[in-house]
Amino acid sequence: MNDLAAPPPAPAAAPGRASTAVRTIHVALVGNPNCGKTALFNALTGSRQKVANYPGVTVERKEGSFVTPGGHPVKLLDLPGTYSLRARSPDEEVTRDVVLGRLAGEQRPEILLCVADATNLRIAVRLVLELRRVGRPMLLALNMADIARHRGYGFDFDRLEAELGVPVVPSVAVRRGGTQALLERLDALAETAPASIADDWAPSGGAGIRALQREADRIVAACVTPPAKPDTVTSRIDAVLLHPVLGLAILLGVLFLMFQAVFSWAQPAMDAIKAGFDWLGALAGNELPDGLLRSFVRDGLLGGVGAVLVFLPQILVLFLFILLLEDFGYMARAAFLMDRIMGGAGLHGRAFIPLLSSFACAIPGIMATRVIDSRRDRLATIMVAPLMTCSARIPVYTLIIAAFIPDRTVWGGLQLQGLVMFGLYAAGIASALGVSFFLKRVVWRHSPAEPFMLELPDYKRPSPRSIFYGLALRAQVFLHRAGTTILAMMIVIWFLASVPRPPDGADQPAINYSFAARIGHVMEPVLAPVGFNWQINVALLPGMAAREVAVASLGTVYSIAAEDDEGADRLGRALAGKWSLATALALLAWYVFAPQCASTLATVRRETGSWAWMGVLFGYMLALAYAAAFVTYQTAVALGAG
Amino acid sequence: MPVCVAATRRLGTAPLGFRGRIRAVDATGCGRSLPAAELERRLLEMGFVEGAVVEIRNQGLFGRDPIAVRVDSATVAIRRAEAHAIQVDILDVRRTDSTPEDSGR
Repeated sequence: MNDLAAPPPAPAAAPGRASTAVRTIHVALVGNPNCGKTALFNALTGSRQKVANYPGVTVERKEGSFVTPGGHPVKLLDLPGTYSLRARSPDEEVTRDVVLGRLAGEQRPEILLCVADATNLRIAVRLVLELRRVGRPMLLALNMADIARHRGYGFDFDRLEAELGVPVVPSVAVRRGGTQALLERLDALAETAPASIADDWAPSGGAGIRALQREADRIVAACVTPPAKPDTVTSRIDAVLLHPVLGLAILLGVLFLMFQAVFSWAQPAMDAIKAGFDWLGALAGNELPDGLLRSFVRDGLLGGVGAVLVFLPQILVLFLFILLLEDFGYMARAAFLMDRIMGGAGLHGRAFIPLLSSFACAIPGIMATRVIDSRRDRLATIMVAPLMTCSARIPVYTLIIAAFIPDRTVWGGLQLQGLVMFGLYAAGIASALGVSFFLKRVVWRHSPAEPFMLELPDYKRPSPRSIFYGLALRAQVFLHRAGTTILAMMIVIWFLASVPRPPDGADQPAINYSFAARIGHVMEPVLAPVGFNWQINVALLPGMAAREVAVASLGTVYSIAAEDDEGADRLGRALAGKWSLATALALLAWYVFAPQCASTLATVRRETGSWAWMGVLFGYMLALAYAAAFVTYQTAVALGAG
Repeated sequence: MPVCVAATRRLGTAPLGFRGRIRAVDATGCGRSLPAAELERRLLEMGFVEGAVVEIRNQGLFGRDPIAVRVDSATVAIRRAEAHAIQVDILDVRRTDSTPEDSGR
């Protein structure tokens, strides 16, 4: 904005005119988890953020940019929260390596902007003392300074600066202008930044941590006056929300609400997206000449992207809840309440929310596993998340149940159809617990389990700005992936289902002449023991794109349009005449387990950073699906339902 | 407040409402999860250092596990198995429904 009145005397600055002397300063945000670091990042950079992954690891890299009042352009890197540089998780390793300048392809930050929760300084000050040894210019922001003052904390900033040897400023990330003092100090630091100081950091052992903590406690005691009357809001809320029985009941209530919202709030938007893509598809159908190009644009491009984009509203509603609860401070509490219950199956308390999210769609569920620090715990959660019955299975379930399960009541008033639906959900949950138990207690039984050690942050009012940027980020990540990996997979599946084209004068649906049909016939001997005919095999392949597409594909194969409710009814009646009950039950059992969702596989590949884990997921789910369908079919045939 | 340093016990066995001062953090033979030295470092990093005052604020339904421990100005959730590594001098055991009170530094 304003030109530099005096060129900075920094040695690195190029001589000459002031305008050419302005170079970008690299600043990194470092701090404990829950210190309000991300809120400060949002406040400083606004919408000028981009998110990617660090090369070779699945840790999210968030960078933003802004210009200081003094005219210095700044690139700000939001490093994962950590308690020390001793790095216990992949996230913390990134923080350590970036701070120490050891991460290949990542510029070492010139200034460390250390963030601390002003109401909880003990641990933060120890981190500052440790960071001081790294020898980079540093600035300490006491965040949530307004809350601290409101609660009656008093700070001796001059003394704190003197003790720590770094500039200290109060900041309020959630209020406009709350970063003014911080920006001024950053300007001052940018103009005097010394070239380099000796770096004598080394990981501390127990004695080293104790000594640092004692020093930190001494400094905090000398510089911070605690309130005369301690704040009891958090402990009063915890008396209810963490109550052994009441707390669990409230958690269930919150989850119920969240679940309802994901399905009901998202529905209008999903319908609108679907209608929009249908309209575009119809437009393409009318405008383009009949042929491969039309089929590609309509069924491959628009159909494929639409099938994925339709989940965006659900993902946003889900993440709205997750971000709100996280910001409020409830997520750590949910993990606390569920830890023992999940622990029986070898899952970490923190796996609870991701698994729950997977009932809507496995993709946001798998994305939400990022809150789990330990790689093994995270992998176990990712591996079982797709077993949770996602909303895309519902159309398949309802079609088959309506066609084959008699609409009558059993056991004194229970709806048989509803009971079967419930059984399918229960089968998914039970198998997820079984698989995670197998992974953690059999495959990884010799590796140590991650301890549950989690800070329960004080409750605070969620900040609308943080929620907004958080949602925008999730949408950006999802859309980016929908436009790249997922789109590519959709096109492959379209290709298999549409090429080669039917010969002239063909009397069967086009898909029956495609590679997909050939594959369906080839698979017949393999899938006959589970009761599938070649038509089902053909439908399974486009169903790879998204499970519910299988319904439309069955309609195509049987030459019946299932696009409207009436069509679905007719399809159901047609199926009831063509399949045995055993085949229908086997298909249901298959769908509980089958890895039929290219988007989920792509997400697993991205989140685990490995094709191997994606392969493991695909392989084990396919094996389970085959086994379940086989047992179901053979049992049903033996009982006379063949 | 009369401080009665009558006995030392492990935080993992302490009841709800327990308040004590940390005497030692030694993870030898504690928890099935991590090597003792690593568990000890992690506990220290979460603020469980000698001299800190701790209070058990909440506990889970099954096996009274995990526990939510107030350590100075922070609350940390840990499992009882790992809390065994923390030896504490008993300050007092208060009724859980009374107003919780932060310990002074």
